[in-house]
Amino acid sequence: MSAAAVVTSPAPPSSDTVNVTVDGRTVAVPRLLPDWRGKLVPTTMIQACEQAGVEVPHYCYHAKLPVAGNCRMCLVEYGLPALGPEGQPLRKPDGSLAVKKSPRPAIACATPISPGMEIYTATPEVQQMRASVLEFLLINHPLDCPICDQAGECKLQEYSVEYGHAASRFVETKVHKPKQVDLGPRIMLDDERCILCTRCIRFTRDLAGDDALGIVNRGSYNTLAAYPGRAFDNPYTLNTVDLCPVGALTAKDFRFQMRVWFLKETKSLCTSCGTGCNVLIGSRENRILRYTPRANDAVNVCWLCDHGRLNYRWIGRPDRLRQLAGSRLPAPTWDAALTEVAQRLRHAVPGSVAVVASARLANEELYLIRRLAQHTGAATDIVPRSGPGDAWLIHADKNPNSLGAQRLGISADPAGSRLSQFAAAIGQGTLRTLLVFGEDVTPRGLGPELLDRLECLVVSDILPNRTTERAHVLLPGCAHAEKCGSFTNVHGRVQRFFKAVEPPGGARPEVEFLRELLQRVSGEPQPDTAEGLFHRMAAEVPAFAGLTWAGLGDTGAARPPEAERVRPRADATAG
Amino acid sequence: MPVTVPSALEAQIEELIARYPQKRSAAVMVLHALQDHFGCLAPETMEWAAAKLELQPINILELVTFYPMFRQAPVGRFHLKVCRTLSCALAGSHELHRHLCEKLGLDRHAHGPQTTPDGKFTVEFVECLAGCGTAPVLMCNDACHEGVTLAQAEALLAQCEGG
Ligand code: SF4
Ligand code: SF4
Ligand code: FES
Ligand code: FES
Repeated sequence: MSAAAVVTSPAPPSSDTVNVTVDGRTVAVPRLLPDWRGKLVPTTMIQACEQAGVEVPHYCYHAKLPVAGNCRMCLVEYGLPALGPEGQPLRKPDGSLAVKKSPRPAIACATPISPGMEIYTATPEVQQMRASVLEFLLINHPLDCPICDQAGECKLQEYSVEYGHAASRFVETKVHKPKQVDLGPRIMLDDERCILCTRCIRFTRDLAGDDALGIVNRGSYNTLAAYPGRAFDNPYTLNTVDLCPVGALTAKDFRFQMRVWFLKETKSLCTSCGTGCNVLIGSRENRILRYTPRANDAVNVCWLCDHGRLNYRWIGRPDRLRQLAGSRLPAPTWDAALTEVAQRLRHAVPGSVAVVASARLANEELYLIRRLAQHTGAATDIVPRSGPGDAWLIHADKNPNSLGAQRLGISADPAGSRLSQFAAAIGQGTLRTLLVFGEDVTPRGLGPELLDRLECLVVSDILPNRTTERAHVLLPGCAHAEKCGSFTNVHGRVQRFFKAVEPPGGARPEVEFLRELLQRVSGEPQPDTAEGLFHRMAAEVPAFAGLTWAGLGDTGAARPPEAERVRPRADATAG
Repeated sequence: MPVTVPSALEAQIEELIARYPQKRSAAVMVLHALQDHFGCLAPETMEWAAAKLELQPINILELVTFYPMFRQAPVGRFHLKVCRTLSCALAGSHELHRHLCEKLGLDRHAHGPQTTPDGKFTVEFVECLAGCGTAPVLMCNDACHEGVTLAQAEALLAQCEGG
């Protein structure tokens, strides 16, 4: 076979990649890329441009939704290798392939690439098409940016500034459409702002499986709507607010609350179930105003369930525990409280101490509790929490860190099964000191009368409950949004969260006071950063072997397979 | 109030659906059949069609609000559709429309089909009726009238009144 052929084509494209040229730069892009379902389909121009580092403005296209190709914002020009009369590629005098520019533009989001294609995204013609598309979109647009929640993160604003005309030529009367449509319990719609990209329709139909939205009427009267009398209400509706490129769909929860450019965004996790969806906490002046999804293809892609997204208000509740308290508190200082508890633990008869921890605590905190239990010979358990789950994101395990508690040996097998033993031991008088971290145990068989029989009840929590009421020493703790740490989700992925807001009053992160308590009990210094603790935990607990704090990155990590193999015990019950 | 579809009509609709590889493809035909029978497509009728076609009511509402020939409210016994597309507009269809409205006491500026209080006549502008060569064209129910003069229009109204 001809070695010459190899010589004449300098970079033979492998069958899995295609060479295309974007604005003069040739890149090899995969021939196939995953579509919204993850199925491999021919790579489109917009994906090729992305791989070449060129952003093509777009409205209706979204990598995780079926392609609709309706907004025309992504129009580009392109050329294909010119073919001679026999279908043979024509070459320029210098031997390179001759390319024939297509007389018509194409939508980059829905046009597959082909070998040798040249894509032009910056020609004057393309600029003009973008300006024209924007002009059409703005014809009936109300331009109420000053009162629109999307302002500041609005693609219509951004592209208008980047590619649009400075002034409107439209002098006719605008078409008016419904402005405050109560679409469902969590969503408000402004139809005048809608640019009819159908992202919300496709998400709701194809991902949420609830064919609830559509476009009614015709032409410039096109109106996004739900069927009259049917509330737009499925467990995932608020994702449409994120998807909406403009301010048409707004969350009732966040509407008119804050200008988005004032928000501080902190990388965090949702704690409402074991999936551990990645979120950004938007806060301002120490107040949390919203959760938005943070992309993580291994966990939540770019979605959240409505319940998890909205379950943050409790963090700012006015009745948060903010002071040390309790009848055994020698003085209202953390030093006095921890010294008292440490003293008690050091002198406790083995077997007379037990710990109920929460699977809402971080891995690092549960690790400290594990060490504390080892030093005092205490038995431990957690309070399981379950509820309805579905086949998508929502998991039946409503604790964010059940698997962490299991892998650290804190929870019994099955979780919560030791609580009845604790109750019996209190009844018999053998269990005399109980430490409860972040749970109300009274509905779990450890009722108030039983708790009253303890010699010492040490409780840390965030909100008051019947257990905190009875504490001899009460340590006010923190919500995850007020501290830094990691959770292990139900699939074994260890993910980090960071501090978004300050805790109220004298409350302190559990990780801090647990470390101080352990130091007092064990007499050994403990690492004073989440990172240091994580590394000590990874060195000591086989279930975390091989993981590093930095290696968790933004999207977390599962244990490397070799660590998986040396795992001492099966730990697959939290599914 | 759920709609009652007579069994003969339901059988006809099932026959229509069977003509298509997918049920949803029959939607427009099914809506025509329902509108022919009920005179218009009320919410209950749309919901019935959606269930029959294994769709959601919003899918049907999209169609009904897209095509002007589907209506959600009843029209008069005589439905006069006056073409206003180019040929007819040039040949005087606006005068024809105004004349009909004036004769029947209807507001010619109002949007959409206008019906006389006695429910006898509805006048409506429509787009091209495909009789451009013989403009102006109007349809009275299913009958097409071409090259309609004002006098002929009046005669048509009189004929309907008598009918
Ligand atoms: S409401 Fe938003 S997402 Fe839905 S079609 Fe309109 S612009 Fe697109
Ligand atoms: S699915 Fe679970 S983790 Fe994800 S947002 Fe909902 S409650 Fe939070
Ligand atoms: S992004 Fe390509 S047509 Fe909308
Ligand atoms: S323009 Fe009136 S029938 Fe065609």
